[in-house]
Amino acid sequence: MHRFANPSRFLKIARPLTGWLFWPGLVLLVAGALCGLLVTPADYLQGDTVRILYIHVPAAWLGMAGWSGIAVAAIVQLVWRHPLAAIAGRAVAAPGALFTAICLATGSIWGRPTWGTWWEWDGRMTSMLVLLFLYLGYIALANASPRDGQGGVSPVTAIFGLVGAINIPIINRSVVWWNSLHQGPSITMRGSSIDGSILWPLGFTLLGFSLWFGAIVLMRMRTILARNKVEARLQRLARG
Amino acid sequence: MNHWAFVIAAYAVTFVGTAAVSWVSWRGMRRAEAEAERAGRA
Repeated sequence: MHRFANPSRFLKIARPLTGWLFWPGLVLLVAGALCGLLVTPADYLQGDTVRILYIHVPAAWLGMAGWSGIAVAAIVQLVWRHPLAAIAGRAVAAPGALFTAICLATGSIWGRPTWGTWWEWDGRMTSMLVLLFLYLGYIALANASPRDGQGGVSPVTAIFGLVGAINIPIINRSVVWWNSLHQGPSITMRGSSIDGSILWPLGFTLLGFSLWFGAIVLMRMRTILARNKVEARLQRLARG
Repeated sequence: MNHWAFVIAAYAVTFVGTAAVSWVSWRGMRRAEAEAERAGRA
């Protein structure tokens, strides 16, 4: 793992990987979205609104996966003091917050014709809103606290990322623990309750958005590393 | 109730959000890397 603590070694892999993740991701998510909009049938009960599934589910998955990534990066930063882990945590925060916001917005839009309301303070929606606030708090804390010239997040921010991970299993189990307008888990390890004729484009958008997310994280890590390089150069010049 | 208006609104929100983050992240990376290259040469 410490092999990649050297930014040049990391960049050697990250530079080509950014495009390899971004373009196939974009193709997959566009293909999945088009199939979901134009090819699959409408649901017998929900009608055409079921097509929101193909963007809402990947957004929820990436909102939660993003914070899980922040928590893993925090452990690696705090235990092994890996400099890239601190940078990775910072890079994940903005796309993670974006997908959490998209999940809330698309869920609200889906809720209006399906449940007759834009919003309900039930377990799933409230815990997802808490996740968005956690992301915003993490970003604010990362920008406000000292970074030791490494461009990553401070140990305090990393601890915040680790503690905030308690919300992830709460989101996951919220529809089981509490009575909710939101449907129960429809995709589990044992299979799916969604009919195959509607489900299949979800695989494309899930994979596509995940690859795209990876590419955006790499872009943001490369930005931080490049800024570090400039900062180090300026400090050397200032010292003479 | 026209369901397509809701579907289009949901996809539009997603498109605008992902396009904006893609653009901001890509432009930030290009600028920072160009600046780092210039600093390395100076």
